[in-house]
Amino acid sequence: MIHVFAFYLFACVVIASGAMTIFARNPVHSVLWLILAFFNAAGLMVLLGAEFIAMLLVIVYVGAVAVLFLFVVMMLDIDFAELRAGFVAYLPFGAIMAIILLMEIILGVGIWQAGPIQFAQRAAPAAADVPNIQAIGALLYTRYIFLFEAAGIVLLVAMIGAIVLTHRARGGVRGQNIAKQNQRRPQDAVRNINQPVGQGVEL
Amino acid sequence: MTAFFQSTLGAPYALAWFLSTIIGILVIALPLMLAVAMIIYADRKIWAAMALRRGPNVVGPFGLLQSFADGAKVFLQETIIPTAANRVLFLIAPIITFTVALMAWAVVPFDVGVVLANINVGLLYILAISSLGVYGVVLAGWASNSKYPFYSAIRASAQMISYEVSIGFILISVVLWAGSFNLTTIVESQKGYYGFINGNGFNPLLFPMAIMFLISALAETARAPFDLTEAESELVAGYQTEYSSMAFALYWLGEYANVILMCALNAILFWGGYLPPFDWAPLYYVPGIIWLFAKILFFFFVFSWVKATVPRYRYDQLMRLGWKIFLPVSLFWVFLVSGFLMLTRYGGAQ
Repeated sequence: MIHVFAFYLFACVVIASGAMTIFARNPVHSVLWLILAFFNAAGLMVLLGAEFIAMLLVIVYVGAVAVLFLFVVMMLDIDFAELRAGFVAYLPFGAIMAIILLMEIILGVGIWQAGPIQFAQRAAPAAADVPNIQAIGALLYTRYIFLFEAAGIVLLVAMIGAIVLTHRARGGVRGQNIAKQNQRRPQDAVRNINQPVGQGVEL
Repeated sequence: MTAFFQSTLGAPYALAWFLSTIIGILVIALPLMLAVAMIIYADRKIWAAMALRRGPNVVGPFGLLQSFADGAKVFLQETIIPTAANRVLFLIAPIITFTVALMAWAVVPFDVGVVLANINVGLLYILAISSLGVYGVVLAGWASNSKYPFYSAIRASAQMISYEVSIGFILISVVLWAGSFNLTTIVESQKGYYGFINGNGFNPLLFPMAIMFLISALAETARAPFDLTEAESELVAGYQTEYSSMAFALYWLGEYANVILMCALNAILFWGGYLPPFDWAPLYYVPGIIWLFAKILFFFFVFSWVKATVPRYRYDQLMRLGWKIFLPVSLFWVFLVSGFLMLTRYGGAQ
């Protein structure tokens, strides 16, 4: 009973906060609604028994991605009325996207339920007594190891690419050499002199 | 406790579970609030002693009731909300900080089996919850609609994200060693190094991680010398500038609850948690909770000691330490620990 209640609670909040993400007038509020949606999606994952995915969802999306969103949105001076100006013009395009996504979800569920082929393709489902960190680890590091590593390389290439593309070498920047700073001793910088009266200081 | 409610009082399972969880939460949260009040007093006393001052000594014997007097004062003050502030977010922000600081305690084991939620992703849960802590600060800075809090919020978010990365890697090396994310299992796995001593910190492979975790914990909780978010000489009071009354008090409580949590994590991950320091039978007669508290208090003393003696970092030095030193070293250490375990425990490269 409590399962059903929790499911509908989380699901309703996800949908409501997803809608509010779009409808909120203030971009910062949008991001906050998005965070609420992520958080409740994590709750749904816990209900499914996928606590590892749930925690990763919170750590990665709420803890890192959404913070960066918030960071950027907070500092931007966005005129939201201007952004909304093209709403009607882009509406057909958005509707097509939404319909395609909907069809894909329906198709996915349909394939899952139909056809005996899927059990041959799918790895055996994890036993209930194996924690799902172990289950995911065992699958990811044996059966899908090459795909997993390929995904890692793709991400690495993307990261290096982003850095290379946005990096601009600026001349005239005086960087700090920390090792040099730490090596500096008082005798290199300070000089004690016995200054005679009536003479200028030698610099 | 669920079994007690079921058998003795004849309650149905759902009700028994609900009641025992609520009681468990109260049993953790209320003493924690008391502990925060006393630890603020301890912080001020230690700090004063190191500066050759007396510290709080007027309210109650030895000034012991100072925190309660402060609490009462703050409680009776008027809550001022700046007219230009975003009202709702301005009030939600301190609540987030405070709630998040309490939530993480759910998975902390106080003794064998004495834990509110013994989940198998305990450490990930703590990481997830502590990554929420940044929102309290960022929202405060933005919602205040004022310059200094905003600067502070930007600093805080960059600082917390930077050090969370290296904390993540440090935790991974501990998890690799223990073979589990469950905090109780991690504590139990630290039993009997060299046959007589308890604690990952005595493992030469993990000792550098213990030091780095202590420093990262200072940065993560924005304590001195990394308290750039509240650097009073630059940013007035940082993100708390516009806050008054209970909203301000919630920040205070939340911050210190976080500090105690980080001390507890230090104790649990590296120094044996509720285990006695030596693997010697008579020491096990002392309840585990006392050992854990002793370790927490010791690390809190270290935190205060650092606060009293180390000058504040510059912001670029803070970032350099996080990204250019801690991140590569902790990443390398994950390789080192996993390689070592691969060769010794898991049977080498076959």
